[in-house]
Parts: sequence; C-alpha cells; structure tokens
Amino acid sequence: MCLGIPGEVVELMAGHEDLAMVSVEGVQRAVNIGLLRDEGVTDLRPGDWVLIHVGFALSKIDEAEAKASLDWLTGVGDAYTDELRALAASDIT
Amino acid sequence: MRYVDEFRDAATARALSTRIAALCEPGRRYKFMEVCGGHTHTIYKHGLEDYLPETISLVHGPGCPVCVIPMGRVDDAIAIAEQPDVIMTSFGDMMRVPGGRGSFFDSKAAGADIRMVYSPLDALKIARKNPDKRVVFMAIGMETTAPSTAMTVLRAASEELENFSIFCNHVMIIPAIKAILDSPDLRLDGFIGPGHVSTVIGCRPYEYVARDYGKPLVCSGFEPLDILESVYRLMVQVAEGRCEVENQYARVVPWAGNPKALQVIGEVMELRPHFEWRGLGFISHSALRVRARYSAFDAERIFDVPGVRVADPKACQCGEVLKGVLKPWECKVFGTACTPETPIGTCMVSSEGACAAYYNFGRFSRDRVREATRS
Ligand code: SF4
Repeated sequence: MCLGIPGEVVELMAGHEDLAMVSVEGVQRAVNIGLLRDEGVTDLRPGDWVLIHVGFALSKIDEAEAKASLDWLTGVGDAYTDELRALAASDIT
Repeated sequence: MRYVDEFRDAATARALSTRIAALCEPGRRYKFMEVCGGHTHTIYKHGLEDYLPETISLVHGPGCPVCVIPMGRVDDAIAIAEQPDVIMTSFGDMMRVPGGRGSFFDSKAAGADIRMVYSPLDALKIARKNPDKRVVFMAIGMETTAPSTAMTVLRAASEELENFSIFCNHVMIIPAIKAILDSPDLRLDGFIGPGHVSTVIGCRPYEYVARDYGKPLVCSGFEPLDILESVYRLMVQVAEGRCEVENQYARVVPWAGNPKALQVIGEVMELRPHFEWRGLGFISHSALRVRARYSAFDAERIFDVPGVRVADPKACQCGEVLKGVLKPWECKVFGTACTPETPIGTCMVSSEGACAAYYNFGRFSRDRVREATRS
C-alpha cells in the first residue's frame, strides 16, 4: 500500500466528476482524481501521467519520471506484483 | 566490481561515491537516517552502503506504517471484525501483522469476514453492495494514505451511507522524527527525507529539523542514484556547516505539498493527544482520529473497542530496528524464529519493513559484493 504506481490518463470519465480512466501497465482502471482537483477544476488531460496511491492519483508526473518509477517498482518484485493484482481486482466506479 | 552494473548509470554512481568520500573528514563517523521503508528497500537491494566509505552509515527510520502498528490496535481491529454482521476490509499488507491474539489472517481462518481491498473506495463499494452488513475499513498509513481515507469518508457522507466506517490508525511522520531526535539512543548527522509522504506535506514541515535540531534533511527519490545524490547533498551541508531542508525529489515533490490533500485530511481528521507506535512507545500528537462531525463513520465510536495495551513479544527488537539502533540481522530472532512467513515482529511483515527488505535482498547483495570484490 505504500507503493506509488504510475499510470497514464486515458480519459476523464463523463458523469463521474472525480474519476479518470488510467492505464497501468496495459490494464485500464478507474482512478479517483479528486486530490488533483482544486475548486472542482483539474488540469489533467489524456496522455498525462499520474502517481497512483491506493486508488487515488496523488501527483502529476512527467513521462520520464513515470518510466523511472516503473523500473524501480519492477525491481521491488513480489510487493509490486501483489499491488498490481490488487489494483486489477479493484473497482471503485 | 560487477555489482555496480546492477543499475543504470553505474558511472554516475561511482563518481558520486568518489565525491562523497572526498567530503569525509578523517577520523569522523557519519550517520544518516533514511526515514522511509521504500528507501531502505533500495539501499539493501542495490547494496548502496557498499558505495559509501565505511565511516558513513545509513540507519533505518520508522517510516513503515505497517511496522509501527502496535499489537493492541491489531487486537482492537480483530475485536471489531468478530462482531455480528461486520465485514472488515484491509490492505493486503496488514493481513499478517501479528497482534496479541493473532493476525487478520488467523481471525479470517477462524470465521471472521475479513476482506483484502486495494483502495478504501473498494471498501465503500462493498458497503453499498451489502446494506445489511456493517463494513469497516482498517485505515493505516502515513500522510500519503490519509487523504485517500479522508476522501472516502467524505464520499460516504455525501452518499449518506449508514453502514460504512473506518478504524483510523493513520500516523504522522513529523512527530516520529521529533521523537527520534529527542531520544538519547542515537546520534544522527542528518536525514534522508521520505519521498511520497512529502508529495502530500511538502518540505516545509521538516524545517524544524534543521532550525531547532541543527540537522540537515534532504527529501529524496527512490532510485539508487537519488539516494546517493541525497547522501552527497547531506555531506556537502555537513562539510559547509549548513543545515537546511533540500528537495532532491523536486520532480515529484512540490515544496508546498498537495494543498487539496492537506485540506481534506483537516476536514475529516484531527490530531489524537497521543498514540502508541510499536517499538517507539507513546508519541504525542502523532496520529489522526475522525473528527466528531464525522463520528457516524468512526468505528471507534460505533463499536466496543477493548483498547488494551499489549506489550511486544520479549524476543522482538523491532523498536530498536525502527529507531535505527539495531540493524535487522542484529536481532536475535532474525531469519530463525522470525521470517516473512512466520513474522514475530512487524518489520518482517511489510516489504517496506527493514527486516523483510534485508531478508529478501540484503544477504543476496552482500554475497554478490563479496564475490565481486574477490574476482
Ligand atoms: S527480526 Fe523480527 S522480531 Fe527481530 S526486529 Fe526484525 S521483525 Fe522484529
């Protein structure tokens, strides 16, 4: 639960103001982007990268940083595999 | 030295290593604490201490939220889980953490309905789907996770869900660092500051470390080069007699943190007068509880919670490990009675725990280093 996982925003979900569809290692999951919205406004766009923590996008990062964190996570081994499995099973819509 | 090829930019690492060594004053020893378990993981995995002169040591801090949950709180959570019609939900990391009467896994095997979730929002969904059950989320984590729990409570409130609550165990890193600075056990020269916690709180809350305690602190990323660069920056500060807060991880951590995250934490939660940390004892104003205005979502007010303090097992030396006084392998039960499969202490449970990180990678990298230096 301590791992921050990078994902690429695919689309902001219409009808769910706090949710975005995010692609994480090829798997698409809904992620809450409420912490990146101020006064109801977000500057997140498809193609942006975010660091996801327990279902919430916590910060916006650039693509190079996303790749670097993915490398780091891959090195973490089981903990990352478990986290990805948990994320794949998660459905917060 | 084959082992340096383990990560990219080995040449940069070697260059940093040389520059760090050049800053060492003859005869002086240096000790820096890496506060976050993620850093501990990188340090062991890549054998980073072997890039540093022998006079510099890195010691682990208390920044693994699973590791610091005291036994009594695990027992309280199990007591809630065993009440009628309760579904307890928890992050997977928490499942094997031993309490005085076993772990979530043991209690689940004995019939309690305990489910692993990825996000507190998954717990919320379980509550929506099971209106006849009382769904409790075991909220753990530091400032990185607290905003997610707070957002979930706000969501539950806006949906007027009546069967969802959280058992709040969020702890905060700043008071823990202060407790370590105040403890006489350890003389530190500076801190490698946590990365992800700082995305929420920013760098300002660490300023007292430099100002009041005269210790430099560098917020650091998680890659091997990030950590070496942070050690370098700490050494430069020490050499120049400066102590400041620096942000090595500015590509992710804004100096002011995430204001929205801080705002939702403040809306839903407030400081507890004191909270027990495993191994560190009671630390005042070091944890969060649910504010009265959201008491309908506070498991501590809804359920009877025993609230009994349980002493750590005698054999367990997690406290010393969490304070950086002992290295994992110096604990008497390390790797024998205490392993990731049968943990006695919490530092062996989470992959962020120093003992688990060393168990999984430490010996491995040490052997490789020995082998590499021989050939
Ligand atoms: S080996 Fe086990 S008991 Fe000893 S400090 Fe590590 S986790 Fe605690």
